[in-house]
Amino acid sequence: MSLTALIPGLPLLSAAVLLLSTGRMPRSVAAIFGAGSVGLAAALVASLVADFLARPEAREVVLWTWMSVGDFAPRIALHIDGLTIVMMSVITGVGFLIHLYSVEFMWDDESFCRYFAYMNLFVGSMLLLVMADNLLLLYLGWEGVGMCSYLLVGFWYRDPANGAAARKAFVVTRVGDALMALGMLLLFTELGTLHIGTLMSAAQENWSVGGNLPTLAAALLLGGALGKSAQLPLHVWLPGAMAGPTPVSALIHAATMVTAGVYLVARCFDLYLLAPAVLEAIAWIGLGTLLLAAFTALVQHDIKRILAYSTISQIGYMFLALGVGAFSAGVFHLMTHAFFKALLFLAAGAVIHCLHHEHNIFRMGGLRNRLPVVFWSFLIGCAALAALPMTSGFFSKDAILLLAYDKPDIGPLLWLGGLLGALLTSIYSFRLVFVVFFGEAHTEPDRQPGWRMAVPLALLCVLSLVGGWIAMPLSGALPEAGHPEISHTVEYISIAVPIIGVIIAYLIFLGGQISIAGVRDSSMGQALQGFWFSGWRMDDLYRVLLVTPFTTLARWWRNEPVDLLYNAVVAISRFGHRVFIALQNGELRWYATTLAVGLIFVLSLALGVAP
Amino acid sequence: MSLVLLILLPLVGGLIAWLGERINRDLPRWIALATVAVTLLYVITLVPAGQLARATIAADPESWLLYSRTDWIPRFGISFELALDGLSLLLLVLTWLLGLIAVAASWSEIDERPGFFQANLLWTLAGVTGVFLALDLLLFFLFWEVMLIPMYLLIAIWGHENRAYAAMKFFIFTQVSGLLMLLSMVALAFSAASQTGQMSFSYFDLLQLEFDPRTGFWLMLGFFIAFTVKLPIFPFHTWLPDAHTQAPTAGSVLLAGILLKTGAYGLLRFCLPLFPEASQSFAPIAVALGVAGVIYGAVLAFAQVDFKRLVAYSSVSHMGFVMLGLYALNDLGIKGAVMQMVTHGVSTAALFMMAGALQHRLHTRDMSNMGGLWHDAPRMGACALFFALASLGLPGLGNFVAEFLVLLGLFAVYPWMTALAALGMVTAAVYSLWMMQQAFFGKPKESRAMDDFGAREMLTMGGMMLALLWLGLYPQPVLDMVHPVLEGMYAGMSLPGLAVAP
Repeated sequence: MSLTALIPGLPLLSAAVLLLSTGRMPRSVAAIFGAGSVGLAAALVASLVADFLARPEAREVVLWTWMSVGDFAPRIALHIDGLTIVMMSVITGVGFLIHLYSVEFMWDDESFCRYFAYMNLFVGSMLLLVMADNLLLLYLGWEGVGMCSYLLVGFWYRDPANGAAARKAFVVTRVGDALMALGMLLLFTELGTLHIGTLMSAAQENWSVGGNLPTLAAALLLGGALGKSAQLPLHVWLPGAMAGPTPVSALIHAATMVTAGVYLVARCFDLYLLAPAVLEAIAWIGLGTLLLAAFTALVQHDIKRILAYSTISQIGYMFLALGVGAFSAGVFHLMTHAFFKALLFLAAGAVIHCLHHEHNIFRMGGLRNRLPVVFWSFLIGCAALAALPMTSGFFSKDAILLLAYDKPDIGPLLWLGGLLGALLTSIYSFRLVFVVFFGEAHTEPDRQPGWRMAVPLALLCVLSLVGGWIAMPLSGALPEAGHPEISHTVEYISIAVPIIGVIIAYLIFLGGQISIAGVRDSSMGQALQGFWFSGWRMDDLYRVLLVTPFTTLARWWRNEPVDLLYNAVVAISRFGHRVFIALQNGELRWYATTLAVGLIFVLSLALGVAP
Repeated sequence: MSLVLLILLPLVGGLIAWLGERINRDLPRWIALATVAVTLLYVITLVPAGQLARATIAADPESWLLYSRTDWIPRFGISFELALDGLSLLLLVLTWLLGLIAVAASWSEIDERPGFFQANLLWTLAGVTGVFLALDLLLFFLFWEVMLIPMYLLIAIWGHENRAYAAMKFFIFTQVSGLLMLLSMVALAFSAASQTGQMSFSYFDLLQLEFDPRTGFWLMLGFFIAFTVKLPIFPFHTWLPDAHTQAPTAGSVLLAGILLKTGAYGLLRFCLPLFPEASQSFAPIAVALGVAGVIYGAVLAFAQVDFKRLVAYSSVSHMGFVMLGLYALNDLGIKGAVMQMVTHGVSTAALFMMAGALQHRLHTRDMSNMGGLWHDAPRMGACALFFALASLGLPGLGNFVAEFLVLLGLFAVYPWMTALAALGMVTAAVYSLWMMQQAFFGKPKESRAMDDFGAREMLTMGGMMLALLWLGLYPQPVLDMVHPVLEGMYAGMSLPGLAVAP
């Protein structure tokens, strides 16, 4: 009972201790607190999982009533079901490995303590997000992880560019969060509760499929999900978020926080089933995002940016799955993606760590023999990302593609789009492998990763390979996906496309049999490349549409336009003051004249009105 | 008697502090500290905790927690009438807690005439206490003025470079709007004479009156303008940025933390219950003004380069939420507004203390001269970050609870206005984080050496952080404190949104 509350409690407590130490704690102690608290939480989760598998029914832990005003009485209460179990396992499991890795990665940083404080705070908030039994507590975790993301992206605060990236991340997601808050307001006003279970059954009772209210509520909540999960049109913050330390990118911007949107939609699937139009929109948004991001990833040369766009793209697959109603397939991909993307980011971090903070893949090369541990990690990660057969990514992505195909009417189109994305994915991921680890070396590594970095990599390698066989205890928590009857041709094509992508990548980037120089250097190719490289000019669009108007408005208003009104009153009284003071000049002649004129005026007035 | 003592204590304490200056220049602040501490203790022990849940009927003074009345000018129905219920008690606790903070903030800042400074500080507090207790309208007006004059002196004597202008502006705005309120009060007293045959300024008598819609509207407007100028609400807010920027730190703390709340208190205590129908029909305009304030304040906060002015404009934005909550005219909204009064009092007081501490150390408020301060003073940075996050409405801290309740209440009545007000969530993030970036992040300047917060400052800041965490995670005690008061108030107002639960 109380042990469950300790799962988010331990990391939060440790964060408080680390913050209160104000950086004076020795590194080794800080590491024990930082990584240890998450490790303990992971152990508690493991025992909870065992307990849950033995007795698979949802359980509640009520801590206290948060506030109570009339009917509005959200509680600080935890709800554990299959979906929560999966999320908790990913968060604490992958989270612990990343914390362990961070001990070595961040050892030389002067703000070691602050780093672990923020990381622990993040893990605690993320756990609250997935364990909350009501939307308001979920929102607390939701904003908490957003704050930690802000703090960790801007962790190296001396460079103003990092601060700008951090603010962008926070503000863009905050736009989605405001929509989500409105969605909660609507849900409470209409249904009278924010408790997720009660809310879902109330929605089913009171609302009919396709009604206006469920559509609006689902769309507003989706706003929050799009922001947090970096989907179109709110995806622009994620590439910039790579300014933070690389383990942060692995934990927050790949494995956990950015999948919160997927979790939210899956958690509220009852509501979304009442809003088929929103579900279809989710599918198209997912498809659009995954293609846009895949094209963009194809032309980047910063190793972390490639992975960032790949994350956006893979979450696009999850949204595609949600959109076609394959909720458990979406969550499945969420889990496998957490394994292999965390692996890829940690491996990329190791490359950067050993290569004097080099980010450009064209200045790497030939690292296969120089950093063998990293090479194998990267190879396995990319294989899973490209969904090569028998890797974890293969099972989840294949499930999504087939279930998308099974969707009536729009299914084949979605499948085709997803397939194109899969082809692009395997091309850009193996471009990465071939350019970084093969060919001739441009930079020599100055160190090898130690055991604290190697062990997490190895464990994540194992998970990326066999993660596809994990059976998630989702029955009861999410609707059954079913097994679509699909022709074998479709299945074979879905399997073959990623392999074709690897071959293409080999022919272009390693073998050199295909030369793209001609296409690349043509004016059309240049323009397209520039367009893709900038992320389809989305940042420019926002600058013109939102940022510039806002800053211009602020500049216009800076000196308080409302004061013009009051200043006018002041000016009029000053003017009156000057006029009347001029009358009071001390000259007898002037006084006598005005007296006479005034008298005549008053007399004539009096005579005029006299009967 | 006990309530009169509450007002007399700071008045006398102020006098002693003023005289004490002649003996020793350090004495006044100790006297002020002792006075504030004693009064705070007195406020806390005034009512046994068990009585707080007692039902209060607005129009029946005997049902209030404490009540005292002495005739003053019986011919005009004016009496020295003081009463205390959960709402006034809550605000008194806030007042004296922030009084403590204000004394702490001025501890090492004031060198010039420290005795008279502390006297004015205490007299302002006395005026505010009177405002929260007076239930005779003329007495209320008297205290309204009493709190204005020492605050004027605080700005005019101990303020910064442009203090004369700021103090005068503050005085004129409050005075002109106060005059309108006085007219409404006198008209009310005459209405009492014509309706009951007995002229009266007593709140409890006036609650019984009925007005035709036209009269009710004009009388209501007199109160409304006076209180919204104080709150302040767009477009009557322009005195606030100047007054806040120029005031000494303790003055800003009192101004933002408490004096603004007297406006909100006035709306809730007088404007709504005295004129329920007129308020109901006026509500859409009030809500529109509130939304305008939320957004306008946030945009202007972002536009500022002066740290203190930024915080001042953020207050304009936050007070818009109070207005929205009150004029949602339902339980959720009004309780949200009360929460916002408390949480904003704490978070903004802290930010003004931060501004004062920065100015004391760097001799500038211009953020373009700051940057990278986290490096020099990480404890200050962490405190600023905490309160910036509170002010942008991070869940888990008190301000979120307040804003969410307000929006929840408002949504049921004006969904589109709520959508606009929710924009404030985004803009608040924009200016708060911009403030952090300009002052604390970025490249530290080589030539600068700045002291970090010491133990006294960390103690004050830590106390306020704990308060906001508590209000954010378990706000129930505050909500429970005002619940019986509001129930009683709603019962008298009989508006559709304010049906009392059986």
